[in-house]
Amino acid sequence: MMGFLFDRDTWQEIFESLGKNKLRTVLTMIGVWWGILLLISLLGSARGLENAFNRLFGDFATNSVFIWGQSTSKPFKGFQEGRFVRLTLTDARNVEENVEGIEFVVPRNQSQGLVVRNQLSGTFGINGDYPLLDRVQKKKMIRGRFINENDINENKKVVVISDEIYKQLFDKDEEMIGELIQIKGINFKIIGVFETGNVQMGPRSDIHIPFTTFQQIFNQGDNIGWMMITGKPDYNITQIEADAKLMLKNLNQIHPEDNRAFGSFNLGNEFKKVTGFLVGMQFLTWFVGLATLIAGVFAIGNILLITVKERTKEIGVRRALGATPFEIKRQVIVEAVFITLVSGLLGIISGGLILMLLNKSFGQGEDAVLVNPSVPLVVVFFSLVLLVGLGSLIGLIPAFKATSIKPIDALREE
Amino acid sequence: MLNIRKLHKSYPIGDSSLHVLKGIDLSVEEGEMVAIMGSSGSGKSTLLNIIGMLDEADSGEYILDGVLIKNLTEKKAAIYRNKFLGFIFQSFNLINYKNALENVALPLYYQGLKRKERLEKALFHLEKVGLKPWAHHLPNELSGGQKQRVAIARALAANPKLLLADEPTGALDTKTSYEIMDFIQHLNDEGKTILIVTHEEDIANMCKRIVRLKDGVIMEDINVEQVRAFQNV
Repeated sequence: MMGFLFDRDTWQEIFESLGKNKLRTVLTMIGVWWGILLLISLLGSARGLENAFNRLFGDFATNSVFIWGQSTSKPFKGFQEGRFVRLTLTDARNVEENVEGIEFVVPRNQSQGLVVRNQLSGTFGINGDYPLLDRVQKKKMIRGRFINENDINENKKVVVISDEIYKQLFDKDEEMIGELIQIKGINFKIIGVFETGNVQMGPRSDIHIPFTTFQQIFNQGDNIGWMMITGKPDYNITQIEADAKLMLKNLNQIHPEDNRAFGSFNLGNEFKKVTGFLVGMQFLTWFVGLATLIAGVFAIGNILLITVKERTKEIGVRRALGATPFEIKRQVIVEAVFITLVSGLLGIISGGLILMLLNKSFGQGEDAVLVNPSVPLVVVFFSLVLLVGLGSLIGLIPAFKATSIKPIDALREE
Repeated sequence: MLNIRKLHKSYPIGDSSLHVLKGIDLSVEEGEMVAIMGSSGSGKSTLLNIIGMLDEADSGEYILDGVLIKNLTEKKAAIYRNKFLGFIFQSFNLINYKNALENVALPLYYQGLKRKERLEKALFHLEKVGLKPWAHHLPNELSGGQKQRVAIARALAANPKLLLADEPTGALDTKTSYEIMDFIQHLNDEGKTILIVTHEEDIANMCKRIVRLKDGVIMEDINVEQVRAFQNV
């Protein structure tokens, strides 16, 4: 049954009928080639963008929202408007215990401070943090460790610094673990160095000391700068943000409709916007690619229709010699599938080359725009199946045209 | 071999219809060589097309080699054509991108023979028409007479019971015509049954029997003394 595919005559006829008008054949093939090329290269680029994006945000729990206190804008329960709201550890604990769907709440404090080591010094942002921070904003430790529970409980004078601070305060390759630096005139022992991430969320965080130590030396009491709330994976972070804010307003005697009392940054929403954009781009790619592809396949059907018309007499002769309508149709369909498949394969190959080129020019290094722009094999396979399917479908039209004319009339054709 | 009774055929032309064949009775025995003559519009080509299963009669009976040819599907007609009939056309109808050998092998392709086998057979028939050295030439590299000989070899390739020739010499000069006719006569000498449609008296006289058609009926059906073509060459 499939033997005819391996018969030299089958292919001789295909090449002959295509070769009769090379220019027209090539122009027709460009349609399908372009469609697949678009599909592959755009899908690959979209994926590259997505990968790059995921790498950038890879260090963050994206289902998070940051909340900090601002000034009230509405008088409430005897309080004037314009009151400055300070969040406290109690607030954080209340939120964590009462709002539904919360994975954890990380209270944070930040202040500026002079940091001195030997003759070198600088003013940096200093953060008071819990070990939990590492869960929301993963620190890539180069040396040592991050703050732990013990540091918190014993108010230890230990510090974790970024590689950039290290570069500013130390000589190259100088040992830093166990070394002392002065913060606000107090000696702190360095316990770890982390790599500065690609994306900074919130203020720069170069120096981390235990939260409790921070409370002491900056005299903060129970006050916190802001809290990072991370939701459980299957909870909506927007809802959590609203719930948490409402609860905080309640705790701090703020008018429930006061929208300015708290500032917030919803990482989950921001993240969704970008991923939504990526999804939209992929959808557009599929749409444009497939539409072009279908247009291309129609062009192929069209050219075959012309070829069949030109070969009417030959088809008549063949039928007089004993070709069954099935054999004639089969030949035309094989021809259609063959052109779609060849132009499609060329499209896939050139699309792949474009992706390789993109990878070379934009995909190298840490802060690459595209990371591994590629197309899954499933998509390639799917497009090939689609090509064969569309090719045979469109081939049916000229195939039926070829056999619709009676052999006697076909023979009379000049 | 071939038996036709009360064959009628008409073509619709606008609202009316043109009655082309008005009750044809014809029987041809094996080994006969029959010329079908008539002016244009006499219905001779229609008759040949019906015999060739390229067209179907409206009514009447057509039996070929004991098989009733009626209500054929396209597929069945194709298989019968391939098995029973060899066609020779006025304009040769060779496929111009296939060389002589492949042209001859084409009916064998549709018989489902393997490539090697059909090329062997085709070469044998090409040798019979004296064109073995031309086997790998394309039709446009051959003269008219050579083309018609390739076409004859192609008609013979599937070893048909009946050879149908529609004005086989219509596109050839007299000398070449006689060469072709000489060749066809030899085929008949070997026992092939041959039907030739022609409007040339000299060609008709080279057959053994002449059937004259006029306005869709047989006017005359006579056996003639065969004129050997080579005498005129």
